[in-house]
Amino acid sequence: MTRRFLVAVCVFLIAAGVVVLLPFQLDGYHEGLAAKVAIFFIAVLGLNILTGYTGQISIGHGAFMAIGGYTTAVMSHYHHTNLLLTLPLAFAISFAFGLIVGIPALRFSGVYLALVTFALAVSVPQFALKFSKFLGGSNGIQTSTTPTHLWLYVVSWTCAGILLLVAWLVLRGRTGRAFRSIRDSEIAAAASGVTLPIYKTLAFGISAAFAGVAGSLFVLATNGFAQPNEFGVFLSLEILVGAAVAGLGSLWGVLIGAIFIALLPTVSSSVPLIGSAHGQDVVFGLIVIAVMLILPTGFAGLLQRLRSLPGIRTVEKEG
Amino acid sequence: MVEIARRIRIRERRTRNIGGGVSIPVVLFLVAAAIFLLVGSLVSPIFAQQTVAGLAQGAIFASLALSLVLIYRATEVINFAQGEMAMATTYFAYQLTLWHLSYWAAFFLALLTAFVFGAVVQVALIRPVQHSVIAVVIVTVGLFVLIDGLVTWKWGADLKFMPAPFGNQVYHIGSVAFSRQDLGTLLVTIVSVLLLWVLFKFTKLGLAMRAAALRPASAALVGVRVNRMLAIGWGLAAVLGAVAGLMTEPTVFLQPTMMQAVLLYAFAAAVLGGLESPAGAVIGGLALGVFLNLIGQYVGFATSELRLPIAFGVLLIVLLIKPHGLFGRRQVRRV
Repeated sequence: MTRRFLVAVCVFLIAAGVVVLLPFQLDGYHEGLAAKVAIFFIAVLGLNILTGYTGQISIGHGAFMAIGGYTTAVMSHYHHTNLLLTLPLAFAISFAFGLIVGIPALRFSGVYLALVTFALAVSVPQFALKFSKFLGGSNGIQTSTTPTHLWLYVVSWTCAGILLLVAWLVLRGRTGRAFRSIRDSEIAAAASGVTLPIYKTLAFGISAAFAGVAGSLFVLATNGFAQPNEFGVFLSLEILVGAAVAGLGSLWGVLIGAIFIALLPTVSSSVPLIGSAHGQDVVFGLIVIAVMLILPTGFAGLLQRLRSLPGIRTVEKEG
Repeated sequence: MVEIARRIRIRERRTRNIGGGVSIPVVLFLVAAAIFLLVGSLVSPIFAQQTVAGLAQGAIFASLALSLVLIYRATEVINFAQGEMAMATTYFAYQLTLWHLSYWAAFFLALLTAFVFGAVVQVALIRPVQHSVIAVVIVTVGLFVLIDGLVTWKWGADLKFMPAPFGNQVYHIGSVAFSRQDLGTLLVTIVSVLLLWVLFKFTKLGLAMRAAALRPASAALVGVRVNRMLAIGWGLAAVLGAVAGLMTEPTVFLQPTMMQAVLLYAFAAAVLGGLESPAGAVIGGLALGVFLNLIGQYVGFATSELRLPIAFGVLLIVLLIKPHGLFGRRQVRRV
């Protein structure tokens, strides 16, 4: 424990230092990008709790992000709530929504669960179109005030830090053990006294709550607009790609996964591809495929492999 | 002694399960639905028209759903790029018609290309990561974006039009009007599904493919080339997808996003039928098409924005009653 713990603390402090010092070096646009990294960090972290630690696959986290995002937009638009206050509200509402989704999800496993959550991702934005008077239809709904890039940067990274702490606290104790035992074998977990329904729905709730906060920050990052298009299927798939690049069941990989999906669209659109605006998609797709072919277990798997190299001896305690 | 008897019983149960999990309530329900549709069609011409149009729509869902099921049965993964692969093949057929090929020559040449395309995708991109389900899924997501980008780059995002395969005539039977387009779509998809069924059921290749999908290790031991069979399976799935794409084109016209909604309905149809069951995918697709058309016609609340949520709502309800779909078998879990 001790040596690994020290290394972890050091890495964490360095990362935190970089995050704190970064705004002094960046202009507004890049602050926005860096905030996006934090937003995807939160979303991928949430998905990782559900998929990586509890073994429940979800490809519908865009739906939870939409719930959080619309919470912020609606509260600010109609009630002029302080934007900071909408974040815990988004957390609470998404948590409740996640619990509700988690209950029918108890009946499904594996690929069926994946497709049901996918159905959720497809369906939720459609309701914004259906109830267009209240939710603004395809034009979306805007918050009453829009934050600056710096505000967004500070708030997103603070949220990311707090939620990382929450995730660490949840996962290190009894709950985390229960989650991991469900992932490794549901039957063995039930036999050892883990109440499956409670912990599975709890995992869904926590995961959805994280995605909800990410969603409301996501809305603030797009000039305060909550639009159905922004929360389409593609967002869910992006988060899934992030989680896969991160590697499942590791908190360290999440940062790399988040950086990957937050920056890849920008990076890939800057690659000159015979003067085409659509070269972006080509490069994006190629890079995603290439990364999966090179690192099928994501960066967590890479870290694992590096650790097991001869010469670096650490005692593995986690499964 | 008791132990042996128990084992034999378990094995028997397992083999029976593989044969198909059609339960009597499901059959009764489907028969009732068919009678309802028939009676309704005899009573009201609009109902009949909507039913036929729904069947045509559903046939497209069914063929794409079937291609998803083919791949799921063989490799237990969902191919997110299935719709985009079909879209790309349809663009290829469009290019062929630009080169003055007749529609049907382009159609069959495109199907051939789709086969090669599917097999190449399996060999080049899927095989290297096939031991990890999540990696395969992510690769297909990447492929989705890649194909989208390539097609938009080559042909542009604006609408393109192909010659109409069946013409625009309308047949009148009594007071009911059937468009030739709908009937043609229905015919083409049914024939392709039947051909596929014959291939799987009555040929040596089909037998080998089923063996490779069901028990890869045992199949390899009796001399089936499992990897080659998987590649052929992906090829065939791509062909079916291409049929769906080409039959979608006359109604929504050629655009890079044409198959995305169809793919979602195909997902719903495949899961509705049970992801393991080809017959389930076909029935699921047809049922979904008809149901959506009728509910759009008769229920005011169900506007076009709610088409997808309704489809998935039905899916959720069916899954809550039967967690493995209408025709799926219960998974045997081993501790």
